Parts: sequence; C-alpha cells; structure tokens
Amino acid sequence: MGVFDPIIELSKGLGETLRSFLFEKTVTYQYPEEKRPVRPRFRGRHELKRYDNGLEKCIGCSLCAAACPADAIFVESSENTDEKRFSPGERYASTYEINMLRCIYCGFCEDACPTEAIVLDDNYELSFTDRKQAIYTKDMLLVPVATEQMLTPRKVEPGVYTRSVPEMKDPTD
Amino acid sequence: MWVEWVLKGFVLCLILLTGFAYLTLYERRALARMQVRVGPNRAGPQGLLQPIADAVKLIFKEELTPGHVYRTVFILAPVLTVVPSLIIAAVVPLGSSFMMFGREITLYIADLNVGILYLMSIASIAVYGIVLAGWSSNNKYAMLGGVRSSAQMISYELSLGLCFVIAIILGDSMNLNEIVDAQKGMWFAVIQPAGALVFMIVTLAEVNRAPFDMPEAEQELTAGYHSEYSGMKFALFFMAEYQKMIVICMIAATLFFGGYREFWFLKDTFFSVDQNWFLGPIYLLLKVIVLLFFMIWIRATWPRIRYDRLMSFGWKFLLPLSLVLAFVTATGILLADMFNNQLYFWSIPFISIFILLVAVSFIYRDLRRKSHGRF
Repeated sequence: MGVFDPIIELSKGLGETLRSFLFEKTVTYQYPEEKRPVRPRFRGRHELKRYDNGLEKCIGCSLCAAACPADAIFVESSENTDEKRFSPGERYASTYEINMLRCIYCGFCEDACPTEAIVLDDNYELSFTDRKQAIYTKDMLLVPVATEQMLTPRKVEPGVYTRSVPEMKDPTD
Repeated sequence: MWVEWVLKGFVLCLILLTGFAYLTLYERRALARMQVRVGPNRAGPQGLLQPIADAVKLIFKEELTPGHVYRTVFILAPVLTVVPSLIIAAVVPLGSSFMMFGREITLYIADLNVGILYLMSIASIAVYGIVLAGWSSNNKYAMLGGVRSSAQMISYELSLGLCFVIAIILGDSMNLNEIVDAQKGMWFAVIQPAGALVFMIVTLAEVNRAPFDMPEAEQELTAGYHSEYSGMKFALFFMAEYQKMIVICMIAATLFFGGYREFWFLKDTFFSVDQNWFLGPIYLLLKVIVLLFFMIWIRATWPRIRYDRLMSFGWKFLLPLSLVLAFVTATGILLADMFNNQLYFWSIPFISIFILLVAVSFIYRDLRRKSHGRF
C-alpha cells in the first residue's frame, strides 16, 4: 500500500466509467423497432395450430379447459360432417375462448392437448383497454391459412378423415 | 441604459432556463452511456425534446401542500432557492463586447468592482431556501436534510472563499472582467492547478452534487429537504440545483480556465476573442460543457461519502490546504515582485502540486489510523 493508493483507486474508477462512456456498446434494445428474439421454450400468447392441409388440429375435447388452473379457457364443441369439415374426426371446437386476464401462461393446456393444437407461441405483445378485449376468440387464436383452398369449414371426400387424434411421432420439444 | 439591462437580463434568464432543461438531458444521456445504456432518445431526434416533455409533465402534476407545513415559508422556500441561482450569473462575463446600433454592447450585465464578493454573498443566500424548505416541511427527514445541507455549504464555503482569494491574488482584482483579462497570458488553472482542483471539489459540495449530495441522500433521508414538495414546487428545487451547476461551472471557467478567452497560446491568432467577439460565448459554452462533464462523470463513478467524513474532509483537509495554497500564491507573487525575478512566480504551480501531494499523504495516514493499520 502506497501513500497515493486512495488517489490511484479513485482514478481507476474514473477510468472505468470513461472507458464505458467512450468505447462500450450499449446493451439496450430499441424495443418497438428492434425486438429481442425469444427463447425456444418461451410461453407467449396461445395459437391454435392447423395441419399442413389446413384442417384445424383442435377437436374440441376440452382437455385444455380441464387442465387450466386459472379456468381461463372455454370450449364448446360441435359435430363435423364431410360437407362442413373443420377438423379430422367427429367433433370440432365451435367456440374457443381464452380470457387473457385469467391466463397465467403455465402451459398446462399445451401439455394436455392430445393433438398438439394449442401452443403457447412467441407473441408477448398483449395489451387491451377493457375486459371484453381480453377475451380472445377462436378466430383470433387460429393461425391464418396460406391459400383460399385450405380454409375451414370445407367439403371433403367422405371416409378420409375419420381419426381425431393423429398417429403421434415421438413428441419433440 | 435600462432597456439594454432589461434585455440582457432577460436573455441571461432564458439562457439559464433552457440551459437547465438541456443540462438534465445532457446528464441523463452521459450518465446512461457510462452505465452502458442509451438514455432518453425517444422524444424528438436523439431525445432533444425530452426536456419539454418533462416540463409539461411537471406542470400538470398534482401539487400537494401537506396540512402540517408552515405555509408561507413552505411556498417561499423554492423561490428563495431559484432566484439566487439565477441572479448569481449577473456578474459573470459571457464575452467581450461588440458594436450594435452605434453603441458598445458588453456581454455581461453588471461590471461590478466587487464581483467576487457578490458571488460569495449570493451563494450564501442560496442556503436559506434549502434550510427554510427543510424547516417549514415539519418533517424530520426534511429537517435533517436542510440542516445537513446548511452545515455542509457553510463549511465548504470557507474553502471556496479561499479559492476565490487565490483568483483575486492572481488577477489582482475582484472584478470578474479584469480577472478574465488577466488570464490572457496564462490561465490561472495552469499557474495554480491545485487551487483549481480544490475549487472544483468544493463546488461539488456547494451545489450538493455527488459525492457530496448528502442533503438529498435518498437512502438515508428519503429525499432530504424536498421530501414534502411535489409538482412545480419540486421542479423549482430541481431547477435551482441544475442552474447552480451551470453557474458554478461558469464561475470556475471564469476564475481558473480563462473565462470567455481562448487558450493562451492562441492569443494572437484568428481564434482570439480580441479579433472575433462572437467566439467569446462559444468558448465559455465549451468550457462549461467540459466542466459539467466532469461533474456528471464523478456522479457516475464515486459513491457518496459518509456525513462525518464529509465534514472532516472539508474542515481538516480542504480548509488548511486552500489556506496554504493561497499563502503560496501570495508569497510567489510577492517574491517575484520584490526580487524582480519571474522564477519565483513560476515556482507556484510546482510548489502547490507538491503541497497537494503532501496533503493527500495526510489523508492516507488518517485513513490508515482509522482502520487500525489494516492496510
């Protein structure tokens, strides 16, 4: 310890702040313009997925509603016909509502879903100005389709889509 | 002529008020960069409209006068704080002079022959606002903040006065214009570097800036003397603090860094104020910006020091040191005059730096004794 150590230590501190002032790159993300990518297992807003041919994965089984600890999900199901087919198998969700004020983003609905229809996706920009807006309906949750022909409901050949739950591969992620 | 004075006073107030607004932005941006952040950059290009947004916010905030306060003094206190910080700049020369409408217009409001005494007295009045705010709030924390502030400012004012004395001796005048003119050949900061350093430290304490921001220690005193203030009254305290920063940097530049003058080695070139008067305010502005940067830099770096150490630093270190420095300056000039030998004069910077180093070693010994020789 030298006599001038207090001064040297104080100057070291000054040097540190000056160095970050001059040379260090800021860590800030300019949020609305520049978004930080989310983690692969991030749990954001729900989405109702479709099969590659455009049919909805959701079969209206209400298992997600049963699993939901916050009781945020409401499902009402109806019968599919080959004339008006929404999803494979017998039934589809005619009403699917999630109250985003109640949802705690636990992901239990994802786990409960037998068809991997409901997925907590990357979107975290949820804002609403009243309670009505907080209820997300089926058309808000359902992912959009690529082409006109893939829209549901649609007329299909009879006897093709008889199985509600697809043959599962090994579940990933 | 009175019209000229009124106009100049108005312009000076405008400069200080907008200067305050943009100083807050400057501080926030610089501080943010030192903390590897960006700082406010949303309102306008590079956040240039941020001060306006802040002002609008503060004006429309609810103003609360608590029921237990001494109302008259409570309302008077912010005013008493702001006004000295505005009028103290009246004697500081912003530049030389220029011809306009057939008359010579000088870039200062008052050419006071006791300018430095004026600075001292106004700086002392500024304490009243803070003490009264703390007292009239009828709140223990505010009271403690006010008392601490007054004790601190009075203690550090002694060293401040002795630093003024150094500038008076070197400039051979109490008139700030003459002090600036005396620095045409050489800045006083070069002749008396230790004095300039002590002056900068003392001004930090005078304007209650980190690391001497004891009266506003959030962790210990909630917010110190302005705990009970809100809305525009709080904004006035804020304004006063930042204006004091600007003004004290102007004074520091005037006394030690050549005022509105150029570097001494640019004396006879195009960049001299004598040849282009408009460079004067620009030079002063640049100097103030650099000095303010030091204040912000120190705030970003050093933690607040404990109150008893603050007081002992002021009384046991700065006061003797500045006394000795004033003595050395006076002796050097006296000897140079007596023996007609400039060598004595030019030994002042070296001797004063030596004395500064000796004083620092005393601090070290003091710290070592307090820590029972642990380091």
